[in-house]
Amino acid sequence: MNADPKGVLTGSHYLDGDHACCEGALAAGCRFIAGYPITPSTEVVERFARRAPMVDGALFIQMEDELAASIAIQGAVWAGKKAMTVTSGPGFSLMMEHIGLAAMTETPCVFVDVQRGGPSTGLPTLPGQADMLQARWGSHGDYEIIAISPNSPQECFDLTVDAFNLAEQYRVPVMFMMDECVGHMMERVVIPAADKIEVTPRRYTSLPPGQYLPFKPNEDMVPDMFKAGDGYRLHVTGLTHDYRGYPAMSPQVQEELVHRLVNKIRLNAPKIWRYEEIDVKDADVVVVSFGITSRVAVEAIALARKQGVKVGMLRLIVVWPFPEDRILELAEQGKALLVAEMNYGQIFYEVERCARGKAPVLLAGHGGGTVHNIDDVAKKIMEAAKCRS
Amino acid sequence: MSVVNELKKASLSPTFQGDPGKHPMDDFLRMDRMPHIWCSTCGIGVSVNCFAKALEKTQIPLDDVVVVSGIGCTGRVAGYVKVDSFHTTHGRAIPFATGLKLANPKLKVIVFSGDGDIIAIGGNHFINAARRNIDITVICINNFNYAMTGGQLASTTPEGAVLSTSPFGNFEKPFNLPFLAESVGAVYVARWTSLHIYNQTNSMVEAINKPGFSFVEIIAPCPTIFERQQKFGDGLDRLRWYCDNSDIQNGASTKGVDIELTNRIIVGKFVDRDRPTFIQNMNNHYRERLGDRYKIYEG
Repeated sequence: MNADPKGVLTGSHYLDGDHACCEGALAAGCRFIAGYPITPSTEVVERFARRAPMVDGALFIQMEDELAASIAIQGAVWAGKKAMTVTSGPGFSLMMEHIGLAAMTETPCVFVDVQRGGPSTGLPTLPGQADMLQARWGSHGDYEIIAISPNSPQECFDLTVDAFNLAEQYRVPVMFMMDECVGHMMERVVIPAADKIEVTPRRYTSLPPGQYLPFKPNEDMVPDMFKAGDGYRLHVTGLTHDYRGYPAMSPQVQEELVHRLVNKIRLNAPKIWRYEEIDVKDADVVVVSFGITSRVAVEAIALARKQGVKVGMLRLIVVWPFPEDRILELAEQGKALLVAEMNYGQIFYEVERCARGKAPVLLAGHGGGTVHNIDDVAKKIMEAAKCRS
Repeated sequence: MSVVNELKKASLSPTFQGDPGKHPMDDFLRMDRMPHIWCSTCGIGVSVNCFAKALEKTQIPLDDVVVVSGIGCTGRVAGYVKVDSFHTTHGRAIPFATGLKLANPKLKVIVFSGDGDIIAIGGNHFINAARRNIDITVICINNFNYAMTGGQLASTTPEGAVLSTSPFGNFEKPFNLPFLAESVGAVYVARWTSLHIYNQTNSMVEAINKPGFSFVEIIAPCPTIFERQQKFGDGLDRLRWYCDNSDIQNGASTKGVDIELTNRIIVGKFVDRDRPTFIQNMNNHYRERLGDRYKIYEG
C-alpha cells in the first residue's frame, strides 16, 4: 500500500542522517516513538518530538531510560501503532533484553542504533561500527533479526522505510545500524510523493476470535497478528509458547518455536539480502564495507585503481542476514576480500567464515573515533592484491 | 469469627443465577490453563477473584480490558485472565502498559504484578508513570519476598525477616509503598490485605474508574516461603492474624503506614485526588501552544 501522506514531507531537503531517519519513520507510518536521549542519536527523537504534534495520531514520549523506551514501543505495537526507538551504544546495551522479547513475541518494531566509539561510554560524539555483532547476538537465547546499514542521509530516509516494511513482513525487530558520521552528515535528501512510497501494512488475521491461533505460522513461517482491544482476548508471553500463545515448558515446543524464529529469517534470507557492487566483475580484490566506511573505501579504491590494481567493492546494505552465498561466489572466483570496518574484525570474521578458505580475507580495521584514512585502506588493497598473486 | 463470615460471603453470591455446572469465573479465566501455579492459601488467587468481581462491577466490556504483568508469582496473572494479556519482562510491565495506553487510550490497562517486579527492578518505571499520571491501574501483590525464585530478600521485606538471602534477618529498611506512590503523584492509593476482599474489590473498582495513575497494594500471605520462614503458620493463620492486626484508617497519612514484621498493619484508602492525565495534559498543552495546527490526540 502507499504511504499515508500525513507523515510524508515530500520535497528536496538538506538534512542530516538523524533527521532523515526520523522522516523515513514518519513516511513508513511510524506514529509512536519512545526515546531516551543519547549522543549521537538524539536528533532523531528531537525531530520526532517537534513533528509528532503536527501529524495526526503520532505521539512522542521521552521515557525514563532505554529499558522503558524499548518496551513501551512494543506496547504501542500491540495496541496497533508502528513504533520505533532510537539510541546509541550504551543505550543499545540496555535494550538487549527487549530485543529478545520482540524476537520471541514476534513484535514488529525498529531499533535505531547510531553507533559511536565503544566499549562502555567510549567516544560519545565520535563514530564507531562496533555494535554489529551485538545487533545480531546481543540478547540471550537463539533468534534472528534483520540489520540494515545506511551510508548517506538519503539512505537514512529510504532504508528506514524499508526497515519498517521488513519488520512488518517478517514480524521481527529490525536493527537500523547508523553511525555518528552518517547520522550527522548533511546532504540532499529527496522525499518522494506519498503515492511513490511503498509501505507494508501489518499482517492482521482475517480469522474471527475462536478460530485464530496467534502463533500458528503461515507458509512463510510468519504468523498473522491481532491487536489488543479487537475482541480476541489472547495472551502474549516472553515464555516459550504454543500456537495459542500459552506458556509451554517443553523441549518439543521450544524446538518448534525457536527453530521457526531462526528459520523465518534464515530460509527467507535470499529475499532479504541487499548489497551494492561496484566494479566487482574484473576485480582481483573486493573491498567489503558498509555505512560511512564504504564512502571512504570508494576513495581508496579509486586511488588503487589509478595505480593499476583491479579492485571493486561489495557494500552491505542489509548486513544481517549476511549474504553468505555472494561472499562464497566471490571467494571461489579467487578474488581477495578486504573487509574495511570501524572495529577490529566483526564483519571480517563473518566474511572469513563465508569464504571457506577459498580466498585470502584481510581486515582494514581500527577502533573507531574517526573514519579510516584513505591511504591506509589503499595500502591494504595493495597488500590484498599481493596476497592473491 | 469475622474471617469465617467473610469467606462464606465470598463463596456464595446471592445473585447467582447461572448454570450450576459452570464456574462463575469461567468467562473471566482461561479455564484451559488450570490448575494454576499458585500454592494453596496464597493470596494471589484471592485478588484475581476480587479483580474479576471488580471488573464485573465496573461494567467495562472485557474486550476493552488489557492486563499486563511482569515476572514472578503475581506476574503469572496475565496468563490466567481471559482478556488481552501481556506477560512481559521483569520489572517492565508499567512501560509496556504505558505504550499500550498511549497508543490506544480507549483501552483499560491494568498492571497486575508483584512487589519485587513493580517496586524493586521496576521502581524507576513506577515513579515515572505516576509522575506523568499515565491513566493505568497498578495492582501490586506484596508478599514481602521474591517467592518464585525460592524466597529472597526484597525491597519490601520487613526488618528482621529471615529469607534465603537474609539468613540472619533483614537489616534494610523496606519501602512504604502507599507513601512512595503518593509522593510521586498517584491519584488513588489504597492498601488492603488478602482478608479484606470486599474492601480490595471496591478499591479496585474505584482505581479502575479513576482517570490517572491509581495504585492498590494488597498485603498477601506467601505460605510456602515467607510465612513458613517466619514461622507464621499457613495462609489461613495469616488471614486470622490480618483480622486481628489490621486497622482500617481511610484517609490516614501515608507517611505513617510503614510495615513492620510483627506490628499492626494500617490499611484503607489513603489518597483519592484529581490531576490531569498525561494525555489530557498533552492535549491541553499543545492546543494552547499550537492552536488549530494541533489535532486532539485520541490514539
